[in-house]
Amino acid sequence: MSNPQHLRYSKEHEWLSESADGVATVGITEFAATALGDVVYVQLPEVGDTVTAGDSCGELESTKSVSDLYAPVNGEITEVNQAVVDDPALVNSAPFEAGWLFRVRIDSASDAPAELMSADEYAAFTEQ
Amino acid sequence: MSDSPRVTALDAVHRALGATMTDFAGWSMPLRYGSERAEHEAVRTAAGLFDLSHMGEIAVLGEEAGALLDFALVGRLSALRVGRARYTMICAEDGGILDDLIVYRLAEAEFLVVANAGNAERVLTALSERAAGFAAEVRDDRDAYALLAVQGPAAAGVLAELTDADLAGLRYYAGLPGTVAGKPALIARTGYTGEDGFELFVAPADAEALWAALTAAGAADGLVPCGLACRDTLRLEAGMPLYGHELTERTTPFDAGLGRVVKFEKPGDFVGRAALERAAERAASAPPRVLVGLVAAERRVPRAGYPVVDATGAVIGEVTSGAPSPTLGRPVAIAYVDATHAEPGTAGVAVDIRGTAAPHEVIALPFYTRQR
Repeated sequence: MSNPQHLRYSKEHEWLSESADGVATVGITEFAATALGDVVYVQLPEVGDTVTAGDSCGELESTKSVSDLYAPVNGEITEVNQAVVDDPALVNSAPFEAGWLFRVRIDSASDAPAELMSADEYAAFTEQ
Repeated sequence: MSDSPRVTALDAVHRALGATMTDFAGWSMPLRYGSERAEHEAVRTAAGLFDLSHMGEIAVLGEEAGALLDFALVGRLSALRVGRARYTMICAEDGGILDDLIVYRLAEAEFLVVANAGNAERVLTALSERAAGFAAEVRDDRDAYALLAVQGPAAAGVLAELTDADLAGLRYYAGLPGTVAGKPALIARTGYTGEDGFELFVAPADAEALWAALTAAGAADGLVPCGLACRDTLRLEAGMPLYGHELTERTTPFDAGLGRVVKFEKPGDFVGRAALERAAERAASAPPRVLVGLVAAERRVPRAGYPVVDATGAVIGEVTSGAPSPTLGRPVAIAYVDATHAEPGTAGVAVDIRGTAAPHEVIALPFYTRQR
């Protein structure tokens, strides 16, 4: 299982890709997608919602369980991935690409959360 | 008792196949090998291969073995013909279900009782206690067998490549001794998936060779290894109860809509008779809650323990099992609901999914019946 080097990772198994304009793309990692099993339903935040790092902002349902989706940063939702709402299996088949979940404009006024990890740190974290 | 889960004779095979393992009833078992939906669909359309070695085998032997089982269980096992199997239950004195069982009659004076993994110990204890005064022996055979299942429309064809046994003559719920891939096996036409299929009881030392032979024989037919995750969605679609969900110590067979397994007409007393007679009467005259199927209108999944509510939001029942149904393409659930809301098509029934009333259609079980 490989974690792309250019992404950052949360302890709740989200990945985060930051762009120059301060908007981050968020998804869940391959590790999390594999642990969940086949994802059958995703509930995402709505565009315009304000989310808080570490708080639940949606749900991921798999065959056997339901898990909260957590926001990895503070910010405002700018876009959600309708393709993954329509076809939740994208979370399993392409967790780092077509299976992305939402985009969030990071609230630069608040402290950036220190808990985000590099790919190597996350790999070590999931091997514990 | 050790804290680390027990492993089956096929543990190394599962790990080599990259299975996601899970702890289940004290055993380390494969949950899935890849996608549980793909495994589910393989069993519905081709064939799946399962390791069920966690199930608890108990031999009941001796001149009065049948009489002992008539006393200890709710069915009439003494009437079972040699080579046949029966679905039955073991109840407590108060009528509560201790486990649901499959019993095979291997010879006139030899039965094989198959208990659920999580209940095997207490079934063994209860049978041993209830054997007092009978000319019969109760033997713990849990370590004597590995259990493999081949399930699905292609199962008979796959197995036929590996055995000379008369599979065409082997009826549903029958079992006979034979050889599969040269290994001695009890070949039973039973299963828990709603499909045609076979369960193969073999010596643990033969399990890996048999797994390999079945995998090779089934490759062209689309046979895939299958884990417990799809086993649960398969049995749920087929409306088959699961101990700990639909069946519990606080449920009688009549409460679960399975009163037909209780044979009051058998001679002599049996454990739970008086309480079960009362339960039968209650279920016939004024059933409190009835086991039904629910089909979700939307995509959120009803889970075990979620309340079932009516149009006013009043709680009218509880989900016992729920999952997305690959075959129906929508989530389904088995639930106990008040008898007044149990009729198929009852309007206004919903499941409270984490605070939101999600509309569901009430249907008669099962959700899925195979084409014969």
